[in-house]
Amino acid sequence: MAFKLCGPKLSLCGLVLSVWGIIQLTLMGVFYYIRAVALLEDLPLESESGHHNMESFIATVEAGYTQNAYNCWIAALLYVITLVVSAHQFWMNNRSSVSM
Amino acid sequence: MGSLFRSEEMTLCQLFLQSEAAYACVSELGELGLVQFRDLNPDVNAFQRKFVNEVRRCDEMERKLRYLEKEIRRDGIPMLEIPGECPEAPQPREMIDLEATFEKLENELREVNQNAEALKRNYLELTELKHILRKTQVFFDEMADPSREEEQVTLLGEEGLMAGGQALKLGFVAGVILRERIPAFERMLWRACRGNVFLRQAEIDTPLEDPSSSDQVYKSVFIIFFQGDQLKTRVKKICEGFRATLYPCPEAPADRREMAMGVMTRIEDLNTVLGQTQDHRHRVLVAAAKNIKNWFVKVRKIKAIYHTLNLFNLDVTQKCLIAECWVPALDMETIQLALRRGTERSGSSVPPILNRMETLEDPPTYNRTNKFTAAFQHLIYAYGVATYREVNPAPYTIITFPFLFAVMFGDLGHGALMAAFGFWMCYKEKPLQAKKIDSEIWTIFFGGRYIILLMGLFSMYTGLIYNDIFSKSLNIFGSSWRNNYNQSTLMSNKLLQLNPDSEDYIQTPYPFGIDPVWQLAEANKIIFMNAYKMKISIIIGVFHMLFGVCMSLWNHIYFKRRISIYVEFLPQILFLLLLFFYMVLLMFIKWTTYGSTPPYYGSDDINIVKTSAYCAPSILITFINMMLFKTDPPRPPCDDVMYAGQMGIQKFFVIFALLCVPVMLFGKPYFVMKEQKERARQGHQPVEGAAENGNAGGAAPPAPHHDEDITEVFIHQAIHTIEYVLGSVSHTASYLRLWALSLAHAQLAEVAWNMLLRKGLMSTDFQGGIFLYVVFAGWAAISVSILVLMEGLSAFLHTLRLHWVEFQSKFYAGEGYLFQPFSFEVILDSAGTTEE
Repeated sequence: MAFKLCGPKLSLCGLVLSVWGIIQLTLMGVFYYIRAVALLEDLPLESESGHHNMESFIATVEAGYTQNAYNCWIAALLYVITLVVSAHQFWMNNRSSVSM
Repeated sequence: MGSLFRSEEMTLCQLFLQSEAAYACVSELGELGLVQFRDLNPDVNAFQRKFVNEVRRCDEMERKLRYLEKEIRRDGIPMLEIPGECPEAPQPREMIDLEATFEKLENELREVNQNAEALKRNYLELTELKHILRKTQVFFDEMADPSREEEQVTLLGEEGLMAGGQALKLGFVAGVILRERIPAFERMLWRACRGNVFLRQAEIDTPLEDPSSSDQVYKSVFIIFFQGDQLKTRVKKICEGFRATLYPCPEAPADRREMAMGVMTRIEDLNTVLGQTQDHRHRVLVAAAKNIKNWFVKVRKIKAIYHTLNLFNLDVTQKCLIAECWVPALDMETIQLALRRGTERSGSSVPPILNRMETLEDPPTYNRTNKFTAAFQHLIYAYGVATYREVNPAPYTIITFPFLFAVMFGDLGHGALMAAFGFWMCYKEKPLQAKKIDSEIWTIFFGGRYIILLMGLFSMYTGLIYNDIFSKSLNIFGSSWRNNYNQSTLMSNKLLQLNPDSEDYIQTPYPFGIDPVWQLAEANKIIFMNAYKMKISIIIGVFHMLFGVCMSLWNHIYFKRRISIYVEFLPQILFLLLLFFYMVLLMFIKWTTYGSTPPYYGSDDINIVKTSAYCAPSILITFINMMLFKTDPPRPPCDDVMYAGQMGIQKFFVIFALLCVPVMLFGKPYFVMKEQKERARQGHQPVEGAAENGNAGGAAPPAPHHDEDITEVFIHQAIHTIEYVLGSVSHTASYLRLWALSLAHAQLAEVAWNMLLRKGLMSTDFQGGIFLYVVFAGWAAISVSILVLMEGLSAFLHTLRLHWVEFQSKFYAGEGYLFQPFSFEVILDSAGTTEE
């Protein structure tokens, strides 16, 4: 019914990668969402001198945390799509090899 | 003692087999795989043995099977795996049946192949002829220009006719030649015939199949016109030289047409015949493919049995065969049972006799393994096969190997990846095993699947201890550090420190592992981790080595080397304890003694300062000073020593440890000398308990004690002592590789995160999600290839070294030889792999 895009190895690779990506990126999104301090270094903060008071700095950091949380979940979602595609391809490959 | 801790006890047995029953008995023993036969006629060459004929017949059968298999492969017919059980070794009389079957099959196949080849050659000739007729037709058509009726005229023109003075008859030959030979062929013709021949050629578009090599080759049709017989012979010779095939080609167009018709019909006929031959061949091969694996197993078993029978001795009466074999003492019963089965099967009435023999030879080393311990045992064997009944390091390696690996590989994320891979291999063990993937790398991974799983799990544990997951930290229990700086300080400083000797640290440590706050300590994280990991490495290393030395005690006790306990084991362990274990103790003293005293932060009180971090001495300097009997210049408020009486105790320890060296050096030679003198005085009665190379368990009679050359003993002991003394220094330092590799791994993981994944997290927009998706894939690839595979491999090799050199050198001689039982399973496995 559908066509075959990638071979058995590539689809397996995509499968493994997307499972890993979904787990890690979802978790990272959660950690960003709960403002994990360990991820403070991985925030989009322009320059350190740009903040004149504490409030604006905290606001940027908060915004960055939320933004990154969403970005992580978006990437995780993309990996869900990858997972579906590669699973389908994997299944196609397996089926064709069996029928042969 | 269990068989895991040392190798099995082996006995040399003599086996008397009745001639008729020998085959069946050996077959049973081969299924069992617990008996190693010795060659009883080593000076007889392979062709003079008793069953050389049978072995040859098996070779011949195997050759035929291989031929069949090759043909089956060529046709791409799937070979059926043996369903269920492996077939038993067939009866000797069945061999004739098998031989007949194979003979028939082979002949049939050869005949079919020969026919097919002849037919194909025929077919090729006909196709070539067809092409010649078709192409030459074009040449002739061109020349049959309406303005000139005769060929002779057309070719040579008026002058030619005039020159000859008479009408000339032109001859021609037509043929086929390989396309790449055409230029050379043309030049040769021109030169040899001085330009008096005329060559036309046309390429055959479709490739033709060469019947002998079944390659596809491109050929060209040519036609050569010439005049006179001399030129004709010359042209023919040249054609022959260029391996061109010449075909008769009639001159008259009508004949040619007729011939072409004939050729076409013959090709048609040939095609049907070829198809039928192919069908027949396919049928034969399919029938053979069903059984071929089965036959292979049978033939190989027969061959193995006869090969083994060749090792036996013939009794004088020719009625029975005598074999000598090494047998695990515990399996005598099973072997007896198998022998009885064999006798019953052969219908013989006389039971075989299994006789224990006394021997002075060193028996082979046999460690029973299962699929879990086998991989670890192989790691040990890769260094050297244990001496018979020596302590086997494999059971301890099962834990220490993954643990030391994990100390270097400590990262929860990477450990989880590795454990997942290992778990998958263990979980899918059976299907993966059945698949028989033939890649070398895969075989290594799959063989070590339990090691990989354990290494992954242990790495996850050490990753939790180091609080490292892809170079990030997990704050599970809540950090013990607080920020007490006010807002203005925070605003004006780029880098601030948290002082443990203040309210910043709540004085109760993080419950498990390293406090996550260290991940954010950019200034001194590495310094702190280095101090911690170096100490941990030394502590682990010293315990590992002490354990190794203790193993040697077990060896000494088992082999009844009482003197060695006193003059080797005791001084060795004392040396290690007094110097290096003492250093480990100092580390613990330092950790527990120095630090902040909770309510009195930053106090100037002398008593508090004395136990503060300021007064904490360097362990390394303290240790060096101890060895050199030196003291550092005192620092005013601090004590010179870590505890009362430290100096005296240290001096005592060093002197006592150094005194152990001469004991190690001269103790054993002295006792050997004394014993030799005693023996000389008493005649040649062996001295009980002092037999240096006494045999295991005292089961065998005392070996004829050769008086060892005393200088040799001295040299041997000197080497041993130097190796041990210098070794304990260098080996202790060698365990620092645990720290170094772990530091490298942590740093590399951090670089990978900062250089790759962080880039994906730095956008303030939603398209950052897509960017992150891409970057994550790259980061994952780097993580797996460099951090898990390469770093994993390097950590594995370092762990292997730590076991082989630092641990096993303390007790393991590794001078044995492996027990290689006669087992069909092993024989079939190895035959299967070499052939593929």
